[in-house]
Amino acid sequence: MTYSTTEIWATIALLGLGTYVIRFSFLGLIGNRPMPPILLKLLRYTPVAVLPGMVAPLVLWPAATGGEPDLARGVAALVALGIGLATRNTIWAMVGGAVALYTLLFALG
Amino acid sequence: MSGSTTKSAYWRGARDGAPFIIVLIPFALLFGVVATEAGLTLAQSMGFNALVIAGSAQFAAVSLMQEDAPLFAVLATALAVNLRMGMYSAALVPHLGAAPLWKRAIVAYMTLDQTYTVAVLEYEKRPKMSISEKLAFFFGVATPVVPTWYAFAFVGVLIGGAVPPAFALDFALPIAFIAMVAPSLKSLAHVASAFTSVVAALLLVGLPWGTGLLIAAACAMAVGATVETLMERRA
Repeated sequence: MTYSTTEIWATIALLGLGTYVIRFSFLGLIGNRPMPPILLKLLRYTPVAVLPGMVAPLVLWPAATGGEPDLARGVAALVALGIGLATRNTIWAMVGGAVALYTLLFALG
Repeated sequence: MSGSTTKSAYWRGARDGAPFIIVLIPFALLFGVVATEAGLTLAQSMGFNALVIAGSAQFAAVSLMQEDAPLFAVLATALAVNLRMGMYSAALVPHLGAAPLWKRAIVAYMTLDQTYTVAVLEYEKRPKMSISEKLAFFFGVATPVVPTWYAFAFVGVLIGGAVPPAFALDFALPIAFIAMVAPSLKSLAHVASAFTSVVAALLLVGLPWGTGLLIAAACAMAVGATVETLMERRA
């Protein structure tokens, strides 16, 4: 990292401000007025549109193994996905993924 | 009378928010560790936690900063990750839109994946809650969630590089994201959107500074909305 201290703080401040504006947007400014349906429709997909794309490269090419595909991490990801789909429960999916990860890391030594 | 029901709404919220402590501890610790390893000072790491208070965006920002990406790319990617909070903000309007502005301003600061999800589910389950009960419930959910995030990110900075690699903390992040997304894959449109996101992100992984993710997310949102529209027409 080669940024100056000022640049780092400016990034943190702008990111904080921008994030707050997003959070405040509808609740703060729109109040009780209706919103365009197309916008609501697009926004509905933000979590499933952003997070899988962010995770996929981390699963296939983990930085911890120097970018080499890793059996333990791959299986742990599939277990978390499977349990999450089956139970619709985030916490069980996390626990399942963690158990699979540590079991395999231990078993594969 | 409203005093006691408001109080019970607060405690119900706190109880419903409590399980997220387990999820947030590794996530927050990891942020502290990653931020320290990337070269941020304690004050800068805590500045992220206090001002941004959005785990996934903070991770995205720090990992791009580690690659010395241009600062506009850091901002654009992290804000794109946070765009979903615009949806949360919109979804809270029918329930909390009538609250005083200063209370809505505080709710906005505490609008996180966990607080939003738990609160909206409760509002849909109990539509007769008054506005003050709804606010109390929201702040109840935030009570265990927000301090846990600050505290364990702080601990993460302090332990810094002291966590042995064998703990594979690097993978807490992907597991947490998968666990958060999987339960929301509840329609063909959601599955199509997630699938598009994965395929496009993998194809565009060579693009610098997370711009591939931005494009992939935009395509995935369009696919989700289009599939939903098509399904509505067929129905």
